[in-house]
Parts: sequence; structure tokens; C-alpha cells
Amino acid sequence: MKTGYDILIVGIGGQGTILASNILGEACLIEGRPVKGAETHGMAQRGGSVESHIRIDGRFGPLIAPGTADLIISFDLLEALRYAHYLKAGGEIFTNCAMVIPTSVYTQGVQLPEEAEIRKRLDHQNTCYIEADRLAQEAGSILSRNVVMMGAASGSIPLGNESLRAAVAKLVPPKTVDVNLKAYDIGRDAGRECGKSHRSA
Amino acid sequence: MQTRYLLGNEAIAHGCLESSFDVACGYPGTPSSEVIDVLRVQRERTYYVEWSVNEKVALECALAAAWCGVRALCTMKHVGLNVAADPLMTSAYTGVTGGLVILSADDPYAHSSQNEQDSRCYAHFARIPCLDPSSVQEAHDMVKDAFGLSEEFKLPVLFRPTTRICHSKGDVILGDISTTIRKGEFVRDPRQYVVIPAHTRVLHKKLNEKQPAIKKRLIELGYNTCMVRGEKAVIASGIAAAYVQEILPANVSFMKIGAYPIDEEWLKEFVRMHREVLVVEELAPVVEEVVRQVAGSVTVYGKTDGHSPYEGELSAAATARIFNSCGFETAVKFPEQSPAAEVPPRPPILCAGCMHRPVFYAMKKVFRDGIFPSDIGCYTLGLQLGAVDTTICMGASVTVASGIMHSGEERDIVATIGDSTFLHTGIQGLLNAVYNGAKLTLVILDNRITAMTGHQPNPTTGLTAVGVPTPPVSLEAICRACGVSLVETVDPYDLVGLTAAFRDVKERPGVKVIIARQTCVITARRAGLKRGHYQVDQDACTSCGLCIKFGCPAIERVGEKAHINDLCSGCGVCTHICPAAAIHREAGR
Repeated sequence: MKTGYDILIVGIGGQGTILASNILGEACLIEGRPVKGAETHGMAQRGGSVESHIRIDGRFGPLIAPGTADLIISFDLLEALRYAHYLKAGGEIFTNCAMVIPTSVYTQGVQLPEEAEIRKRLDHQNTCYIEADRLAQEAGSILSRNVVMMGAASGSIPLGNESLRAAVAKLVPPKTVDVNLKAYDIGRDAGRECGKSHRSA
Repeated sequence: MQTRYLLGNEAIAHGCLESSFDVACGYPGTPSSEVIDVLRVQRERTYYVEWSVNEKVALECALAAAWCGVRALCTMKHVGLNVAADPLMTSAYTGVTGGLVILSADDPYAHSSQNEQDSRCYAHFARIPCLDPSSVQEAHDMVKDAFGLSEEFKLPVLFRPTTRICHSKGDVILGDISTTIRKGEFVRDPRQYVVIPAHTRVLHKKLNEKQPAIKKRLIELGYNTCMVRGEKAVIASGIAAAYVQEILPANVSFMKIGAYPIDEEWLKEFVRMHREVLVVEELAPVVEEVVRQVAGSVTVYGKTDGHSPYEGELSAAATARIFNSCGFETAVKFPEQSPAAEVPPRPPILCAGCMHRPVFYAMKKVFRDGIFPSDIGCYTLGLQLGAVDTTICMGASVTVASGIMHSGEERDIVATIGDSTFLHTGIQGLLNAVYNGAKLTLVILDNRITAMTGHQPNPTTGLTAVGVPTPPVSLEAICRACGVSLVETVDPYDLVGLTAAFRDVKERPGVKVIIARQTCVITARRAGLKRGHYQVDQDACTSCGLCIKFGCPAIERVGEKAHINDLCSGCGVCTHICPAAAIHREAGR
């Protein structure tokens, strides 16, 4: 049967899904655990929908099957909905509340579901909504949004907090280490708060 | 020895560094590009590395280096191997002295490609060994063996990772980087290197005679392995082997194929020990065809009987469906899940401030009834703007334009091609168009970089792969040398000048070239170029929506009015589109 812990990170090309998955990979190395991953490169990175699969303790292929992910981390609300079918029964979603409207909505008149409707469709899962854009600004840079989200989900990830923080410090540009560690910690607090309200609900 | 979390292509590059290779040539193409991108940025290099102008050039350069006794690597994507097929086929005859590894990365599901061809077929066609890794670690280890194998049999070796190897990541155990320096020496031997008929007939026979020993050696290397565990068996190759291992029950036999050609006797012995055999592989039924040849009365399941798809990529879940289809149990069950309905698609788009967008805008405006053949690059995304009517392969914009014109089609034809693609295989098409009296316009979208594959330098950039300054090639001079009498260079951010240039060429006969030149907006940002930021005067905005239809991701609708978001790179093109003159540069930014 399935061993390991499977995480799907989704977002929009340019939001830093690759850095986020590298943080998980590096933290696995720190803990001496096997890890497999797969990610989107090439043309799709130009503002398109992107996904990174990370399989902690993974021994086989890098791809997570729909209906089997333990955790989904989404940098955009709409992308959370797009990939929600990857979640296993009882899995968790941590998503940014903010949403970038796809250009197809303007240029091709595609109908965009209302934010409230997206939430409604995600609510039957264990979903935490994180104000990642605001928290990233608070940490010092909107660019740290991805690290905020990693912090938010960190309580659910079976890797030590110190391993994850060490991975962040190692992988972000040297000048941004402080901002990113702050983003990670702020995110972790927000994730913990959200988790509490879940368990009480 | 160390363990690192690496991208497949990074692991492959490291394997090459450990193998003390001497020369690397390649042309960028997803999913292969990062191999040379890693090699070209190493601080201390004991090797030569180049981005070549196309794959044929790259392979000939690498082949010649290997003739001189040094180790050479040549990288490309699968369709690049079509371009390099001419030297490939005969390189098997001439053979090599130093190891030559040809990396051709396949792209099942065509994540970033125009087709789903299988490079293994080329290895079979050329009769050279082919290695097909099933994991990032194996890709790293195999590429090291590939050089030795090439030297042992004096043949090029095809190394064939797929997207899910190249762009997968894993914890990889790495060896030490070798710093051996070799110096090539060309030893004259016309019977080997001058393939006149009298020589090539002999070389062909020699190539054929090498085959049985290659098959035996590949078994010894341990890339083709098997374990017998029951009456049923699964045979899988490349990454499909990893998917099979994830779901394989303990009582089913398993054979993993990682190297070709497969030894038929060895395969036959395994197959005939079973009642039913399922073959799982991506793309072409390469393994399956050999299995069917040796199966006798054993039942074989695979692609040819419809259990496994010819197209697309596999996964553990897809492999489980193939198992179920032919009555094989799986150790893992996957739930049936479908994506949420009515989620607007988010395809990749041209960047905010991309120079291609105004070119397509002006082109469509002037040539309302035009036909727009295009080519391979970021600008293929002009499809979304209705400005791309054909794309087939590298360099085929201008040739397709010629063909459409010579068919008797009377509408205006305006072809678009990027700088790198023009230099790859576009020049010949332009030369041919002029020589044979075509009437068409070619727009060279010159952003001075090979952008789509990750911003590799090319001859227009002014830098080599390793950052050494080199004179940028003059596209104008090339076009004029091809015989084009009207060559006009314009700044695509100047929408007025651009439109005037299109109007001008519309009325003229023959082959016309417009070179639209502006730095790629990503390169410009990385270089620290700041052009400011534009905003919409909300009182002046008439909500006409013309700027929204332009399709720039920096322009959104907020309520009824247009709004410019933080993605704005300051190109200013939208100021020329707004009929109410409501868009202005933001003060102080």
C-alpha cells in the first residue's frame, strides 16, 4: 500500500513553485529521507498553470495520482480548485485567498466562478485559506508569498520545522534570507491558527 | 561522494562532469536544455561547450571531436534529432574513437513539443546502442556508462531520457568531478572518415557485425534485468518501469528494459517461462515488437492489441488501468477522480511587455485578410491572438509561406519567425523564397535571445554559451545576402512606425523582410532595465475594452474600467491602442 507523503504544489508560472518544491527536497536531504519530484518547465512557465509533485519517502515514479495527494499547497485560489481532485479523502489544502484572473476571461469571455463559489466548492475538503499576499508584504516582500504558503502548510508536512527553515535559508537569494525566514514564520503562525479553527469546527 | 536534490538534467550534467568529457554541443529544446545550461556555467571548466546554431551542426561538431579521440556530448530534444538525422545515420558507419553520447530528450504527452516521436526508433534505425533511464539516479549513472560503452564499441550511443526524467527531481548520489584534460588528435584514415561508396559498403558490414556483442554487453551492464515470480510477467522500459514497480504485486514476474538493442535469446527465455506477458512502455511499441517476435504461444498484451495507448505519457495510475484492462491485479488501487468542472483554463501567455504582441497586433490590423504561417518559439503563443495559422517545425514559417503562395493562393502572406529559429533553419527557406520568386513578407521577431527554452544566448546576442563576447550577427546583412531587396528594421514598441512599415510592405512585390527588434522583456528585467509603469485615467476611460482585447496580462478589467496592474513593464504600447488617450506613464515610477 501507499507509504510516503505526497504533496502537490500548484500556482501560476512565475510564482515560485519550483523554489517551494526545492525547499521540501532540501529539507528531505537534511533529514536523510528519500524524495522524488516532478515539475513544469518550458513554455508553460509563461504565466500558465503550473504544478510540482513532491513525494516525501518516494521510492518510485515522481507523479502523484489524482485522489491520492496528502496535501495540496496552492499559491492561487483558482488553481486550488483546478487541482483539488488530486486530494485524497481526508487530505488537506492550504491555499492563498488571492486569485489572478486568467487572461482567457478577458480575451475569450470565459466565465469565471465567483470567489464565494470557489470557496464553496473547496470547503468540503479540509481547506485553509491564507492571506499570503498580505502576509508576504508584512514580511517585507510580495515575492515571499511562496515561502509564506510553505510556512502555513509546514505544520502538516512530516518534516521538522528546523529542517524546513534551514532549507529556506539555504535556497533563497542570500540578501533575502531574513525576509523569507520571517515570511515562513508568519505563514506558520497563520497556518496554525487556521488549523485550530478547523479542528474546533 | 555526496547526495543532492537535483533536477534530472542537472544530474545528467553532473554525470557528464564525472565522466571527464571534453566537448559538448547542443541546441536548446525542452526538455533537454538544462544539461548544457549547467555545463556552461561551471566555474572551472576542463572542457569546451557551445550552443550550436542547430542540431545538425551540433552533432557534426561533437562527432568530429570524438573522431579526434576525445569524449563528446551532443544534446537536443527529440525533434532536433530529425534535424541531426543526416549525420546520425552515417556516424554509425564511421564510428568514433572517443566516446560520443547523443542525448535526445523525448516528450511523451508533448508537454512542450510539436509531436510525440520516440528517439528509440532512431537508435534502432541507425543500429546504435540506446540507453533509457527509469529514474534520476539511473540517468546520472547511465550517462557515465554511456561514454565507456561508446568507446568500447566505437559507436555513438543514444541517451534517451523523457520529460519525466529530465524535469523530475530526486535525491541523487553523485561522484567526484573529474578534471582529466585530453587533447584531440585527428588521425587521417580515409577508409573510416570518407564515406565514398567503396568505403561505406565495408563500414556498413562492420556496423552489422558489432550487433550481437552489443546485446550481450548491455545485459552484463545490468540495465536489462529480470526476476521470475509467477505465471504472469510485466516487461517495462524507461520511466514506465518505475510506474510498474509502484503497483506490481509480489507474485508477478518483472523485467526492466533500460538499454537497446535487446538480446532476443535472453528475452525469449524469460517470456517463455510465463503464460501471459504485459509490455508497458511510453510512445512506440519498441519493446513490444521484440517481445512478440520471441513469444511463440505466450499471450502478449500491449499497444498493438489496444490495452496500452500509443500516445500520451503514463503514470502509476495509467499503468494500473493497463493492468486492469488485461486482467492483471495491482498492489495499489487508485480512486477515480475527475477535475472540477468549469474552471477557466490558464494557458501560458506572452509576457506583459513582450515585443511579439504589438507585432501581431499591427500585422493583424494591416493584413486583415492575411495568412500567417509561423514558427517555433514563444511567439507561437500568438495563436491566442489569431496571428498564427501554421506551425510545423523549426524554420517552416517562410517555406510554408512560399508553398501557400505558389499554390495559387492570392491573399497576402505574412510569416513570423524568431531570431534563433531564423538562424537555426530559417535562412535556407528565405534564400529559396527569393531565388524562386515568391511574394511574401517575413517578420523576424528579434529579441536577441533564445527565450522560450530558458534564455540561451545565440549569434544575435553578442555572447557565447560561456559568456565570451562575440560579434552579434547582422540579420539585415544575412537577408540582403539572400537577395531580399526590402529589409526594414523597426522597434515593435513604436506601434505607429510598426504599422507604417507593414502598410509599406503590403504594396510591394517580391520577398520583404521586417526585422522587429527589441530586447526580451525578461532579459531586460534581469539586466535591471526599468521603463516605468503606466496607468489608466479612470475618468478618461470609456470602457471600450480595446486595451483589454490586446491581451496583455498587465491590463485587467476592474468593474467596467480598465486597470493596469503591477505586471506592467512600461513598454507603453497600450497608450497607442487607447482611442480615448486615457493611458499615461505614472509619475515618479
